[in-house]
Amino acid sequence: MVNFKLSNELSLQQELYRKFAETELKPIAAEADETETFPMDVWKKVAKYGMLGIPFPAEYEGSGSNNLSYSICVEELSKQDASIGVSVSVHTSLCSTPIFMFGNEDQKKKYLCDLASGRKYGAFGLTEPNAGTDASGQQSKAVKDGDNYILNGAKIFITNSAFADTFVAFAMTDKSKGTKGISAFILEKGMEGFTVDKDIPRMGIRAASNCGLAFENVVVPEANLLGKEGRGFGIAMQTLDGGRIGIASQAVGIAQGAINETIKYVKERKQFGKRISQFQNTQFQLADMQTKVDAARLLVWRAACAKDAHENYSALAAMAKLAASEAASDVTRRCVQLFGGYGYSREYPVERMMRDAKITEIYEGTSEVQKMVISGSMQVK
Amino acid sequence: MSEHKDIFVVVEQRDSEVQKVGLELIGEATRLRDELDPNQKVVGVILGENVKGAADLLFQYGADKVIAIEDAMLKEYVTEPYAKALVQLINDKNPEIVLFGATSIGRDLAPRVSSRVGTGLTADCTKLTIEIDERDEVPRKLLFMTRPAFGGNVMATILCKRTWPQMATVRPGVMKALEKKADAKGELEEYKVAFEAKDMNVEIMEVVKATNKSTDITEAKYLISGGRGIGGPEYFETLQKLADVLGGEISASRVAVDSGWIAKDRQVGQTGKTVRPLLYMAFGISGAIQHLAGMDASDLIISVNKDEGAAIFDVSDLGVVGDLKKIVPKLIEALEKYKAAKEVQ
Amino acid sequence: MKIVVYIKHVPDTNEVKLDPVTNTLIRDGLPSIINHDDKSGIEAALRIKEQVGGDSTVTVVCMGPPQADVALREALAMGCDNAVLLSSREFGGSDTLATSTIVAAGVAKLDYDLVITGRQAIDGDTAQVGPQIAEHLGLPQVSYAEEVVEITNDYIVVKRQFEDRYHIIKVKLPCLITALAELAEPRYMSVAGIEKAYATDITVLDYEAMKDVLPLEKIGLNGSPTNVKRSFGKQAKGAGTVLADLTPDEAVQAIIAKLEEKYII
Repeated sequence: MVNFKLSNELSLQQELYRKFAETELKPIAAEADETETFPMDVWKKVAKYGMLGIPFPAEYEGSGSNNLSYSICVEELSKQDASIGVSVSVHTSLCSTPIFMFGNEDQKKKYLCDLASGRKYGAFGLTEPNAGTDASGQQSKAVKDGDNYILNGAKIFITNSAFADTFVAFAMTDKSKGTKGISAFILEKGMEGFTVDKDIPRMGIRAASNCGLAFENVVVPEANLLGKEGRGFGIAMQTLDGGRIGIASQAVGIAQGAINETIKYVKERKQFGKRISQFQNTQFQLADMQTKVDAARLLVWRAACAKDAHENYSALAAMAKLAASEAASDVTRRCVQLFGGYGYSREYPVERMMRDAKITEIYEGTSEVQKMVISGSMQVK
Repeated sequence: MSEHKDIFVVVEQRDSEVQKVGLELIGEATRLRDELDPNQKVVGVILGENVKGAADLLFQYGADKVIAIEDAMLKEYVTEPYAKALVQLINDKNPEIVLFGATSIGRDLAPRVSSRVGTGLTADCTKLTIEIDERDEVPRKLLFMTRPAFGGNVMATILCKRTWPQMATVRPGVMKALEKKADAKGELEEYKVAFEAKDMNVEIMEVVKATNKSTDITEAKYLISGGRGIGGPEYFETLQKLADVLGGEISASRVAVDSGWIAKDRQVGQTGKTVRPLLYMAFGISGAIQHLAGMDASDLIISVNKDEGAAIFDVSDLGVVGDLKKIVPKLIEALEKYKAAKEVQ
Repeated sequence: MKIVVYIKHVPDTNEVKLDPVTNTLIRDGLPSIINHDDKSGIEAALRIKEQVGGDSTVTVVCMGPPQADVALREALAMGCDNAVLLSSREFGGSDTLATSTIVAAGVAKLDYDLVITGRQAIDGDTAQVGPQIAEHLGLPQVSYAEEVVEITNDYIVVKRQFEDRYHIIKVKLPCLITALAELAEPRYMSVAGIEKAYATDITVLDYEAMKDVLPLEKIGLNGSPTNVKRSFGKQAKGAGTVLADLTPDEAVQAIIAKLEEKYII
């Protein structure tokens, strides 16, 4: 029989993440959004307390916990600030994890230890101006030159890019082979010819960093090839399977955060001589929303547990992300409605949550991509 | 129990100046004594380097007797010499009851003394009565000590029945001192304690007298808050005077902050700070829900507003419908008079 | 340096709810936390350990039912090295004096140069247990510590707060200090610290383990000189009064009367 109760360790970790988010993120989230500024001071504290290396073992200076704990962390942080939530997710799932899974021992010592301990920060470069959902259409090229690869091309919408030290990036090493011609590389900030553009103005997660990257004859040592040449597409897809657990957790966090804010508000606000919490519409709306969010959370936890158990979790993560991101968009929109005019105003956080929610249906695979993955696993064709 | 008698009040002095709570406790002790046994005495116990001059003041406030313990080692408060002197005195005189002010000195000293004497101690009492415990087979008069717990959410009445003396620390400002009787006299006993150098087991390197004024409104005990109705930034100066008389801080509603009348760190409410002071006074604040969320847990809320329908009145213990500009200056004046009258006492 | 921190696991009084009918405390579901002042004491101990270095250790001690385990795990997850739980049926119903007797007996079984407790617990607010432990152990005490000014292997210099002044006090080790919440802003647990905390064994000392130094007649309900005769909820806030049509002088009188009634003045 499945037990839905968190272990002692996980309960205490949940308490840590929750308390940290309420104390450190809640007071700064609105201003960081308003000014589109990444809160570096708070981020350093996220790193200090071990939240950038949760699922990695102590031998690589990780926190020695697991993916379920990581999922809970992203949820709790995102309840208060979804920008920090996605930053943790990208650092962990999209940069540290592929190095952990596909890197050789030298690469793990050189890069993963710094990432898992939080001394350095990570990003992931797959999406290009002309290769979004169809990631196979990579136009970046890496040409072998002696012991090096010479990298040219551009990436777009790269989370954490303005401050990341380490990037896992993808490029064509042999265009004739299609997806089998894509390879993965570990890049370092400051490599000659590697530049990070300006932040891209956005609807939501406005405190996060999200820029384009440009590669102009970047000399990448062969030692920085991640996995074998030509295996990049598989690495990217497997990495994104894990990333979806992070984004789904972020979506659950945004939705739960909005519900919590709304419960507080409807118990204070009076209209027609009653607290609006006393209206059945309010009660039923919230009941409906909480049911959706709990269902999504259970899917996320199932996917995280499957990953921890080294089972195939690709479709499970896709279902979790599909359900959670759609719940987040729906729930935050309904929360704004329950708040009325104040919900639309920037005085309360629910309008920000509504803006932040939308992206969860888009990045790391749109809802449509999740449906492709899920139906594929069902062998519907 | 006949071998235990008299009510001792340990009177705190700082720089040889008697602290008000000592006089309050002597007043309370006289009331307790009248209930307990009119033949017993209220004894003021004062420790310091040169303190017996304070005896007259204690007589004037109701003490029948004063025991003064003087020594150079008692000049500034240090736990061990004070504890040693009191333990010797208590073991020697067998008082029925010993009361301390629940100040930072009283609450440091009393537990040390009580555990060395081997008796119970009840902290921070707000009410003392003499009653009989109906469960006792042989009825006897006991000190019923009532105190708040759980952050003030619960009151508990505590008894100390098996050991003597019955000891309590009592919150300052709760008990009432008696009217001063200028011609009152009493018996002064100078009590000797043989101190040794080792009793001074800590070294005071520095004494710094300071009133640490908090400007963090979440830490203030009393908050005087102004909103739209005060009309402009200059009126915060008037509210500051009121805050000064009470020993509080000024705070504000969002309108006052957004209008630039006062700094953002003074703002109470949803987008400001959440406060729960002992007293929150709201002047010209209508009580928007965002404001109420930040202050409605305050212990005592008093508000003044022109509009009798103002939502602030829904959460106020006392609401006054009226013109704050007429009321505030008179209130400051009245409080200053009140204070002056108390100091003369 | 061997540092021992005594902590209390207390109901979070910020979350206290009263039964609207009986006006008594609803204890069910009330979350428990490490008492604030005690957590500041843990932080101060960890900083002292880091500063003094060498083979310094911080041992955290808690008295309570088995559920207090989680408070000790939290302290370990913040960085404490060892944890001791004083737990026994015989300890139930202890007042402050009996509690301090038990804690002192537990601490006496450990190596210590410095004992730190919080000033007071948010449930009882007595501030008595710290000084009483010091008395039982025969240690000098400095209560209301606001700042550690200096620490060496021989002595500690502490800024000690009073209402109207502060003392800078130097005291030889071993000694006991009681920490104000201001003494040190506590760090969070770390994720790895939590993993470590659950891999660490907590020493449980019960009455049997301490009876050589713990007379039964000095502990528990029967060993406590004070006991609770009755407890009751704070009187419910009466529906507020709104006074209209007063002259300013009458208004001032009404306000002053209220301030007097509530002991503000």
